[in-house]
Amino acid sequence: MSTTLLTYRDLALDAEGFLQKPEQWTEEIAHEIAGENGIAELTEKHWKVVRFMRAKYLETGAAPTIRTLGKDSGVAIKELYQLFPKGPAKLAAKIGGIPKPHGCI
Amino acid sequence: MTRILILGAGTAGTIMANRLRRLYASDIRNDRVSITIVDQDAEHVYQPGLLFLPFGKYTPEQVVRRRARQVHHDVAYVRSHIDRVETKENAVYLTDGAVLPYDVLIVAAGTRIVPSETEGLTGPGWQQSMFDFYTLDGATKLRDKLATWRGGRMVIDIVEMPIKCPVAPLEFAFLADAFFTDRGMRDKVQITYVTPLDNAFTKPAASAELAHLLAEKRIDLVTEFSAGRVDGEKGVLSSWDEREVPFDLLVAVPVHMGAEFVSRSPGLGDEMAFVTTDPRTLQSKAAPNVFAIGDATNLPVSKAGSVAHFEAEILTENIKRFVDSKPLLPEFDGHANCFIETGHDKALLIDFNYTTEPLPGRFPLPGVGPMRLLGESRLNHLGKLAFRWVYWNVLLPGHDIPGVGPQMSMRGKKAPVI
Repeated sequence: MSTTLLTYRDLALDAEGFLQKPEQWTEEIAHEIAGENGIAELTEKHWKVVRFMRAKYLETGAAPTIRTLGKDSGVAIKELYQLFPKGPAKLAAKIGGIPKPHGCI
Repeated sequence: MTRILILGAGTAGTIMANRLRRLYASDIRNDRVSITIVDQDAEHVYQPGLLFLPFGKYTPEQVVRRRARQVHHDVAYVRSHIDRVETKENAVYLTDGAVLPYDVLIVAAGTRIVPSETEGLTGPGWQQSMFDFYTLDGATKLRDKLATWRGGRMVIDIVEMPIKCPVAPLEFAFLADAFFTDRGMRDKVQITYVTPLDNAFTKPAASAELAHLLAEKRIDLVTEFSAGRVDGEKGVLSSWDEREVPFDLLVAVPVHMGAEFVSRSPGLGDEMAFVTTDPRTLQSKAAPNVFAIGDATNLPVSKAGSVAHFEAEILTENIKRFVDSKPLLPEFDGHANCFIETGHDKALLIDFNYTTEPLPGRFPLPGVGPMRLLGESRLNHLGKLAFRWVYWNVLLPGHDIPGVGPQMSMRGKKAPVI
């Protein structure tokens, strides 16, 4: 357990724990990040969102917004907030191993 | 003949039309190049002025001019709604049935607010207790409301990012504080600033400075609040995760989307109708002869006039290169530069790009200024007011601003100690 945690913490992270190199991400690391952020277990619904998020980022270079998640991920916005409390787009990005979405500027 | 077609005669489109006109002046006279610009309406609004309008500092007449007058007469101005772009046919279909063929297309159609995207926002109470200030109509109605409002809970809410001029809602909060103070009723108004972001602004250093200003002005800050619905009759703003903020007067910054025709154009835009664009060259992903600029792009930059101005310098060069069959220059760095009104005739100035956040220092001359970066000053405020003249007389005609290049400069800035 502590060795896996060390693995996640050994990666290039930003100040808030977002992976800086998406290619270093693994499913084990996703579990670690989820655990650290108060999600005890990643359900199939969580994975659906995380995989969608990651695929979109790798395809377009930008993390999808909460609106896109609600429209295209197959999980409604309200449920997204139940799955990923507070900030679904941010938390799903973190678990999916992609940089923090800027929400633009 | 090379036919250049520009969609949208706002800040970005007008600058591009005038810059390209100057570049190709003799080619236009010799019928080797033509420039056409299309817009759906006749009025060009000086959008930074909309911030001041609700507080009675500008009148609607002071912020509006005719679009066609801002464009050089060698550019053909077409007033029409746009149905769609067919990039495979190199043609733009107008809603009246006309078809405009092009060799080079520039999409500069901006962004628009869509309040109906938020449940309840356009329902009972819209423009009575719930307003926007991103349209001339909204800002004018809000002005009328504020003129007679007796006080209560004012809530300023950013529904969702991205928005146009991301600092404007903060400036609105600062100006509201000053407005109510000047009217001797600040103690009757509770101001709450509600944002989906995790801080006052997107950039950490500027956020710290701005959060400090909010606290100093007794403006409450509610973060990570994604508005899901509004009840105008009860006066309650609710988030997707069931938090509530009660209000008597809601100033909403609604969801922003790109122009409607972008959604009707195969392959041109993303799900928010922003044109998918290369962040460095400004070429669209849809076709090599299609470019995008300003608020219309999906780029992770501020949707702001300063950005359009910096992009225009680079895009003009890239269009010339494209026409001459030369490789494009990947030069745009995400440069943005904004004045932030903080009330009582003071303002802050910030300067940043894709990778460098706003830093303190002096601008544009290193060490000298005269403007202060990331610090309040009266001169910054005067700079913001003077900018209205600069906008109509320097920016829109497509001239360069002395001392301010398209790419961000680190000169005169204090880099953070890590």
